[in-house]
Amino acid sequence: MIALSDYLVFGAVLFTISMAGIFLNRKNIIVLLMSIELLLLAVNTNLVAFSSYLNDVTGQIFVFFILTVAAAEAAIGLAIIVLVFRNRKSINVDDLNSLKG
Amino acid sequence: MNFVIPNFAPAIPEIALLILASVVLIGDTIWSKRCQNATYYATQLSLIIVGWLIVDSFTVHQIVTFDGSFVRDTLSDVLKIFTVLIALGIFLFARTSMQEKKYGSGEFYVLGLFAILGMFVMISAYNLITLYLGLEIMSLSLYAIIALHRNSGVAVEAASKYFVLGALATGMLLYGFSMIYGATGEINFDKIAAVIATGQVDHTVLAFGVVFVVIGLIFKMGGAPFHMWVPDVYHGAPTAVTLFLGTIPKIAAFAMVYRLMVEAMPGLLKDWQQLLIIVTVLSLIVGSIVAIAQDNLKRMLAYSGIGHVGFILLGFIAGTFDGFASAMYYVLVYAITGLVGFGMMIVLGKGRQEFDRIDDFKGLNARNPWLALMMLFAMFSMAGVPPFIGFFAKLMVIEEVVKAGFVWLAVVAVITAVISAFYYLRVVKVMYFDVPEDTTPIKAVNRTTQWTASFVAIALLVFGLIPSGFINLCYNAVALTH
Amino acid sequence: MLHTILTVILVSPLIGSMIAGLFGRQIGRKGAHTVTILGVFISTVLAAYVFKLFVLDGHAPYNASLYTWFQAEGIKFELGYMIDSLSATMMLVVTFVSLMVHIYTIGYMDHDEDYDHDNPYYQRFFSYISLFTFSMLSLVMANNFLQLFFGWEAVGLVSYLLIGFYMKRESAIQANLKAFLVNRVGDFGFILGIAMVFMYFGTMDYQEFFAGLNAQVGKTISFIPGVEWSVITVMVLLLFVGAMGKSAQIPLHVWLPESMEGPTPISALIHAATMVTAGIFMVARLSPAYELSEVALSFILIIGALTAFFMGLLGIIQNDIKRVVAYSTLSQLGYMTAALGASAYAAGMFHVLTHAFFKALLFLAAGSVIVAMHHNQDIRKMGGLKKYMPITYWALLIGSLALIGFPGFAGFYSKDSILLAVHEADVWGSGFAYILLLAGVFITAFYSFRMFFIVFHGEESEYVKNHHIKESPWVITFPLIMLSIPAVVIGIPLVGPILSGSYFADAITVFEQHNVLHEIYMHHFVEGGALGMALHGFMSLPVMLALSGVFIAWYFYIKNPAIPEKIKNACPRGYKVLEAGYGFDKFNEIVFVKGALKLGNFFWQKIDVKLIDTGLVTNTFMSVYNAARAMRTMQTGYIYHYAFVMIFGLLGMLIWVLW
Repeated sequence: MIALSDYLVFGAVLFTISMAGIFLNRKNIIVLLMSIELLLLAVNTNLVAFSSYLNDVTGQIFVFFILTVAAAEAAIGLAIIVLVFRNRKSINVDDLNSLKG
Repeated sequence: MNFVIPNFAPAIPEIALLILASVVLIGDTIWSKRCQNATYYATQLSLIIVGWLIVDSFTVHQIVTFDGSFVRDTLSDVLKIFTVLIALGIFLFARTSMQEKKYGSGEFYVLGLFAILGMFVMISAYNLITLYLGLEIMSLSLYAIIALHRNSGVAVEAASKYFVLGALATGMLLYGFSMIYGATGEINFDKIAAVIATGQVDHTVLAFGVVFVVIGLIFKMGGAPFHMWVPDVYHGAPTAVTLFLGTIPKIAAFAMVYRLMVEAMPGLLKDWQQLLIIVTVLSLIVGSIVAIAQDNLKRMLAYSGIGHVGFILLGFIAGTFDGFASAMYYVLVYAITGLVGFGMMIVLGKGRQEFDRIDDFKGLNARNPWLALMMLFAMFSMAGVPPFIGFFAKLMVIEEVVKAGFVWLAVVAVITAVISAFYYLRVVKVMYFDVPEDTTPIKAVNRTTQWTASFVAIALLVFGLIPSGFINLCYNAVALTH
Repeated sequence: MLHTILTVILVSPLIGSMIAGLFGRQIGRKGAHTVTILGVFISTVLAAYVFKLFVLDGHAPYNASLYTWFQAEGIKFELGYMIDSLSATMMLVVTFVSLMVHIYTIGYMDHDEDYDHDNPYYQRFFSYISLFTFSMLSLVMANNFLQLFFGWEAVGLVSYLLIGFYMKRESAIQANLKAFLVNRVGDFGFILGIAMVFMYFGTMDYQEFFAGLNAQVGKTISFIPGVEWSVITVMVLLLFVGAMGKSAQIPLHVWLPESMEGPTPISALIHAATMVTAGIFMVARLSPAYELSEVALSFILIIGALTAFFMGLLGIIQNDIKRVVAYSTLSQLGYMTAALGASAYAAGMFHVLTHAFFKALLFLAAGSVIVAMHHNQDIRKMGGLKKYMPITYWALLIGSLALIGFPGFAGFYSKDSILLAVHEADVWGSGFAYILLLAGVFITAFYSFRMFFIVFHGEESEYVKNHHIKESPWVITFPLIMLSIPAVVIGIPLVGPILSGSYFADAITVFEQHNVLHEIYMHHFVEGGALGMALHGFMSLPVMLALSGVFIAWYFYIKNPAIPEKIKNACPRGYKVLEAGYGFDKFNEIVFVKGALKLGNFFWQKIDVKLIDTGLVTNTFMSVYNAARAMRTMQTGYIYHYAFVMIFGLLGMLIWVLW
């Protein structure tokens, strides 16, 4: 039997990995998008685990909403990345620093 | 199990807005070739219809519908009415800017309407899912709207920064939601509050959740240390979009904080109060100090906005309903004042030139004394100079926080207000005492924007001279809601 | 309904003023005077209605708030009206005189050497006088101290603007600065008084203030340890300091003669008829508080009497036609103040009322002479003007007779009431005051008719012979005629109700033991009425003194013009003292101006420049600015740095909450 805490730790690990991905990655914006997806998956894991533990279906419904919105979010994210590439001919995170100070 | 048809009546404004926004979206593709302004008028008409629908069904009772996921009360109605009014002003200004720049003007209005729909849903959300959906409807529209200026490198950069950081913040917020759900087993705000009130909840998990939720909220409001996106995004976005970003999303963010903190987690007041104190002090300091070193007006106003967030949160820290009401008053005043502050850049921006450096305002008094005076009104109001409305906003918030016993916070707030007066007055000084490089008279880009800016700026003075009506409105709205 | 009428009375001059002031260039001269006169005319008509309602029909006092500005700790800051016989009377006087002055101004300000014709000074002037009317109305209509203070300061501001209206003249700038500064001294006391009201009564509202008075009787306040003062005495004396500034009582009178640098219509409106009476009005309005302090009443009585006598004396040696009238104003204000000190508030207000008419008349008549003399104000250059300016001649004669208290004229009744009241009063110092006031009557008659005889009957001077002098246009003479009527008749119907106390019954409180007016009523009025009082007046000491003053003036300046010169040479020292105005100006200059200059220099160079500017301000600014630049560099522009700050914040908060 896998305990609730194991799922929560798993979620926390996913969450940490995605965080690390966001601020360690300095090259590719696509990786940022992937990290964000991972972040949402961490949340989903948590919700599903709680849902199952509480015997309550609400958490799983929440997960469906998050998945749907995540798809929309990814679409917009990719569109923005396309625009970045068109303007700068690169999708390097390091190049996005003209606004500062 | 029987299916009960929910009561749709309370959500009619949102439903109408959704339908109208979709009509405008489809219509824009048809009529944009033939009639340039059709989308603009359709948008304003939609807003007026929605505004009228809200006023017409104005409620003084709390109505919860859709199985406890949607609420309609006085607070939501007042906030939505102000959102609509300010949005009308925003589109009035933005239209000029859109005509000048010739890009995606139809999309701007449609995305604007969808963002407003998102705000409406946020304002009326009564469970975590609705709140999340509202937030995403708004945020996704805003990401797109910033990147609307496809060929501008800075706009796209601003959009990508806002997107990545915004998604990160949403992730944190959701993580907090999952914790709260896990600890209480509920997602409806009233039920969460009830479960917390029983005291049989794992406090550690809840506190864990509260931290994540507060971070998500503060990010959306733009408070320090989650403010880093604010100056870059305000600066990079086209002025019309900055105007949009800098005003009404704050109202929705206020509603979000109110629903979550006050309605769902009043039992955790001690926890979130501590967090807000940290955020407030940092915001006040960052907002007042960093703005001094700016030479771009949009960036300066962005930093000053961070400071204003600190003031809004002061009202929440007070932890009383009067305190929340003062925060509400502050956020509405801030949104209205921002309308003039950002709008003035559109009024004065001629052609393709941006009018957003502080140096551009040099000697404005000699070039256009009337608009210089209106800008002075806005700056004085933001600085909190009596008798402008901004003074009363600051006064109310500080009074409430003192009443709640946080005198040291009030002292910090006053000191930072004094420091921030420096950069507001610098704009005034530049306008009135500096000699411009170009002394030719400058005319407003058109009459509509000039009248709108003047009207709002004079309102800042008038509502400062007769403040009690507006203040009472906020206090009554909050009083009727709880 | 009444509420709306009152609001219209208050606001219509303001609207006129704003239109004339903000859109002066667009609407032109004609537009400016039409709109302001219309505004004041509406106010006058409605004020007349209010007067009828409250004074003639005896409507109960009306006290209502118009708008609550804000509320703090249970204390309301409101705008409101308290209308009773007192304020209704003042409203009518203010609006009526103001209307006359507005009409008169059309003629007087038509040409002006100080301004080019295309300068909108004309519109600006109308805007100011309408704004003044609004300020004065808000002062008299107030139902609380806050609004009183607002009106008080607003009239001060407008008078500052108007005294300095000829802004290119050095003397005008000096005069308005002086008026402003001296009034600040008075206002300092006034605002301290209001602060005491606020502190001890916790309210700004008159009604609540009056209701709370009894609770404060006997309370003391101690500024110096061991010395106790009655709270009420200190409070009302502080408030009276404000009145001394506004109503130009010794030693704060120095600004009023110099305020004559302003255009004549203003001298008439502000420095004769209305603004300077604000102090008198305030004391009468707060009579329930003043009644409680014998010390304050004595002080007021003596100050008033001193002002009446010594300022009158100065009028004798003036050669500027407006200055003569100005000193007579000072002296008459002294009479009003003395009446207040004798608890004869009604008599004081009565004199305010009659004085408003005859003094406005005198000023406008003097202005008419000035216009005819092509803005020459020196009476030595006039003479024999009677045949050139018949209407002005009669107007000035009527005004002067009213001023000296010739029986039957308005001034007689009010001044006689004051003299009788001071005679009857048994406040400490009343005997002394009575003698000064009697002497003042003689002096008033002397200098008024000195001016009158020199200007109209004396030998025609070179100037008059060489210049074409003619009567002023109708816009100037019409107000003269209109003002002459009340200057003659207003006393007769009013004296009875005033003395019996029925006129101001609802507004003024007088204790039984102080009620001197009632005694006078019983002894002097009941038998013969107003006419009997006038007939009896011919036999009384004051009128005899006045008539002898007129006679001596005639003898000195018409019959035997060499005498004044002889007297002047006989006692040069006395003349010098008068010429220097008793040295008040000199004293102020040496002690306050020079002293303040030195103190100011010290604070400026040592404290301000060295300590505050360099030490505190610059250093603080530099450190804040450096912090700003340092913090600015933290905003690197890299997404991963931003994310890092967020995550760092997250960790920090988690640690904060969980541990």
